[in-house]
Amino acid sequence: MSFTSNVPFDVLQFAKTLTKLEYGDPTVLDMINQNYQNLGRAYRIGVTGPPGAGKSSLVTMMAKHYREEGVRVGIIAVDPSSPFSGGALLGDRIRMQQLGADENIFIRSMASRGAMGGLAEYADAAADLFDLYGFDVILLETVGVGQSELEIAQCADTTVVVIVPQSGDVIQGMKAGLMEIGDLFVMNKSDDPFSEKATQQLKSAIHLKEWGEWTPPIINTVATENRGIDRLIHQLNAHHSFLIQTGALEQRRQQRLVRRIKQMVTEKVERELWNKTREIKLLQAIQERRQPQHILEEIYQDFRGSFYVGNESESN
Amino acid sequence: MERKIRILIAKPGLDGHDRGAKVMAAACRDAGMEVIYTGLRQTPEMIVNAAIQEDVDIVALSILSGAHMTLFPAVLKLMKEKGLNDVLLTGGGIIPEEDMKALEALGVGKLFGPGTNTQEAIEYMKNWVSKHRTYKVV
Repeated sequence: MSFTSNVPFDVLQFAKTLTKLEYGDPTVLDMINQNYQNLGRAYRIGVTGPPGAGKSSLVTMMAKHYREEGVRVGIIAVDPSSPFSGGALLGDRIRMQQLGADENIFIRSMASRGAMGGLAEYADAAADLFDLYGFDVILLETVGVGQSELEIAQCADTTVVVIVPQSGDVIQGMKAGLMEIGDLFVMNKSDDPFSEKATQQLKSAIHLKEWGEWTPPIINTVATENRGIDRLIHQLNAHHSFLIQTGALEQRRQQRLVRRIKQMVTEKVERELWNKTREIKLLQAIQERRQPQHILEEIYQDFRGSFYVGNESESN
Repeated sequence: MERKIRILIAKPGLDGHDRGAKVMAAACRDAGMEVIYTGLRQTPEMIVNAAIQEDVDIVALSILSGAHMTLFPAVLKLMKEKGLNDVLLTGGGIIPEEDMKALEALGVGKLFGPGTNTQEAIEYMKNWVSKHRTYKVV
């Protein structure tokens, strides 16, 4: 299966290809692989922040703005799955209603579990697919509450961290790791009386870190009223130019690929390592109350040994 | 890995009573489905557009306004036009039995009235998907 940009965009087929990708369909992975050289045309923007910060509203306004410039916009909105039922309630489209049925905006909601391998890996691959199918701007939206969510944000060329005055102590944000990944900070709901103070706090928090050539700006917005969005887009353009001119874009993309391939290798090894036989051995050893360090050594040696034998045919 | 059932739950038209839709959305989530909830006041175009993009197995509409004889056929027609041939259109609300029968004759799936057990609807949807789904995970 090969990809040519001359073929008219078939929305139904694209949607189904995304589903196949989500379940690790080899034909789709192969297609992305074969078109690897064509990737990187789209500008990928990650939008993250605490629940209720207004990420979906902001993404909606950004998408609208980009549409006015005539570019095609892809949106990937990730929401958490229930660890108990495996189900998910994906509600980002509620805020995106006003984007209507514009055929140049494609929104896909994703559940955090149910993705093949790691979530970040999948979101990254999904962004690749949007890229290949000619979307100019890809907005990746995730709740910034855990490691994997932070990683998704890092699938982007530019990461926007959204916070609100009501988040209270900005220092909490620093703990969560959000402060380190932002290229741009958005103080949304800036019509709040505490916004000025919160912006000041955020500013001093940002300046605690040595940023190098690019110090993240703070943009005050009221997404629901479309206020401050033009400034946000302006700063995004500035950051995009900065990335291109300094070579940082290429560097970031390389780092991303390093991370992604490392993760894929790790997952492959892990799948081979934890076959049924070893799972049972581990449980037995624990039930026999043997020392953890000894169990570790035995399993590790057994795994290493399997390479010399040359197969893992007893697996699963 | 088994493929999850994806369902779009929407409220078309102008009625703002979304309690039923939300109860169903939560029940479907708890049954392990991925629920795309689009909220209130959706046009048939918006609903079908979202159904295409999200590649759902099921579109479920909640209608309490009495406009079901207009909205279900409108969504169904658009689904067919856009090529959504392997997607179930179902739903619930205040719908008289004879209207349910008329809609089913048009090609709409089973519809559920007040007092329905959520499990009954979920079982129906699960069965439908296992029978009609065309793409299976390799």
